[in-house]
Amino acid sequence: MTIEVKNLVKKFGIFAALDGVDLKVDNGELVALLGPSGSGKTTLLRIIAGLDWPDSGEVSFNGEDALAQGARERHVGFVFQHYALFRHMTVFENVAFGLRVQPRAVRKDEAAIRARVKELLDLVQLDWLADRYPSQLSGGQRQRIALARALAIEPRILLLDEPFGALDAKVRKELRRWLRSLHHEINVTSIFVTHDQEEALEVANRVVVMDKGRIEQVGSPEDVYESPASAFVHGFIGESIELPVQVESGVIRLGDRPLALAADGLAPGASRLFVRRHDMLVGPSGSGAFEGAVRQVRNFGPVQRAEVALLGGETIEIDAPRDKELRAGDIVSLNPRRYRIFAG
Amino acid sequence: MGLTLSWLSVIILIPLAGLFLRSLELSPEQFWAILSSRRTLNALRVSFGLGFAAACVNLVMGSIIVWALVRYRFPGRRLFDAIVDVPFALPTAVAGVALTALFAEKGWLGAPLAALGIKVAFTPLGIFVAMIFIGIPFVVRTVQPVLQDLDPEIEEAAGSLGASRWQTVTRVILPSLAPALLTGLALAFARAVGEYGSVIFIAGNLPNVSEIAPLLIVIRLSEFRYADATAIAVIMLVVSFVIIFAVNRLQRWARSRIPKH
Repeated sequence: MTIEVKNLVKKFGIFAALDGVDLKVDNGELVALLGPSGSGKTTLLRIIAGLDWPDSGEVSFNGEDALAQGARERHVGFVFQHYALFRHMTVFENVAFGLRVQPRAVRKDEAAIRARVKELLDLVQLDWLADRYPSQLSGGQRQRIALARALAIEPRILLLDEPFGALDAKVRKELRRWLRSLHHEINVTSIFVTHDQEEALEVANRVVVMDKGRIEQVGSPEDVYESPASAFVHGFIGESIELPVQVESGVIRLGDRPLALAADGLAPGASRLFVRRHDMLVGPSGSGAFEGAVRQVRNFGPVQRAEVALLGGETIEIDAPRDKELRAGDIVSLNPRRYRIFAG
Repeated sequence: MGLTLSWLSVIILIPLAGLFLRSLELSPEQFWAILSSRRTLNALRVSFGLGFAAACVNLVMGSIIVWALVRYRFPGRRLFDAIVDVPFALPTAVAGVALTALFAEKGWLGAPLAALGIKVAFTPLGIFVAMIFIGIPFVVRTVQPVLQDLDPEIEEAAGSLGASRWQTVTRVILPSLAPALLTGLALAFARAVGEYGSVIFIAGNLPNVSEIAPLLIVIRLSEFRYADATAIAVIMLVVSFVIIFAVNRLQRWARSRIPKH
């Protein structure tokens, strides 16, 4: 099932939750909608599901108009952040719900429903919980049951709204891997919403980065990380150093200090320079684009993190290899291995 | 602990025990004769029958009111929410007088109804109306917090799984609210059965027709037939106990079925 969204606009009062969104999702893809809260990602997901309606724009599934149908007819599996399980029903009945409410003419008989529910509970590896009530399950188990329930109706599309948002960090990581392998197994076109970049980059085939009701960039996890299309994407994904610079007649300045960086093809005016922390290479004083004094060094994990006060006034944090000798008080030069400059 | 038990004993248990002891002064035959007299049976039938009917009406109307108060935002919502408590707060005699004035043949509502040939005041219908009036807050206040707790997302979940609106209501919403609805029903019923003040003004109090059991107790007392009065009281007490017990079981069932997350 391909999903196509054209020029979608949705306003809540004067706040534009979606401000002209175009997106195409191919059959069998696993797409992440990534953005900060208020970026419109959940609204977009709910409109695709039929739980919300746009002010204008189009949504089509395999070329047919989806907005002509309600949530009930769209045959879309939806997984909620807070599970939305039916708490008066057992796990078994929760999963069976979508099968039991089908019109009599197409409804499966009891034996077939039982077999299907069993199969789904096996799929989410929770068949031993069939007779429990949702309140007796852990968060991770509830979310897997919610997923099994959504899959029971053999949805054409699977939509997940911050599926791991309410879970603790360890369970989250497990479920991420599990979701990816599950998608590999059932291969249904899926979109999930998240504000966690690591989750998006680790799970999805393609990442859609959103901000303020607009799509900033669509690309593979590698694309959005390695070649961010905008200042927002660079700042939002991965940890970045951001410096306000001035571009004038082929020279980039930080404060009043010209930087030995190429300025080819850059528009003059106030700009922002972005560098990944680990792309700042430390060298002896006088050998690089930036000069600064090391303020503080902290050693943890695979790198050491140094706070450097640059000439020109800014203080930045860089990640240097552990074997590099750095001490507070050292005067060093910094050279960005890779950097990007965005106007504005 | 000791204080709680002594206080409960003084306030509740000792008077009740006294009531039972008093009724023991009657022989079983006498007791049975009082209970099975036509006037007693009719009074009990009026109290329990109309009480149950009123509780059922309150269940339906109360649910609708709760739904509107919880799920919709409209001007004056807080005011309506406060008005629900009026039957709680109003002295029952005041309520009785007000309802009687309203439904009397010359009253605001009584006059148009009389034109249609419906007589409310001084008939069993009047008792019914008074019982509905005093019972409504019980249903609303019992169901309201449960519905507030009920996540609207579960309705969306049901819809996206293919359930029609009707299926969503009957299979998801009502079962989730059922324990609270049943508790509200039982409380409204218990209140309607025990109601005295507001009912006697509007009832007309015709023996065998519109005479409620609590009134019959008062009449027997004023005739100095204390044994008769206690016999009726004991029967009402037993039935009330059964209702409270049922409410308790329902609440236990509700808690075990739907523990808090």
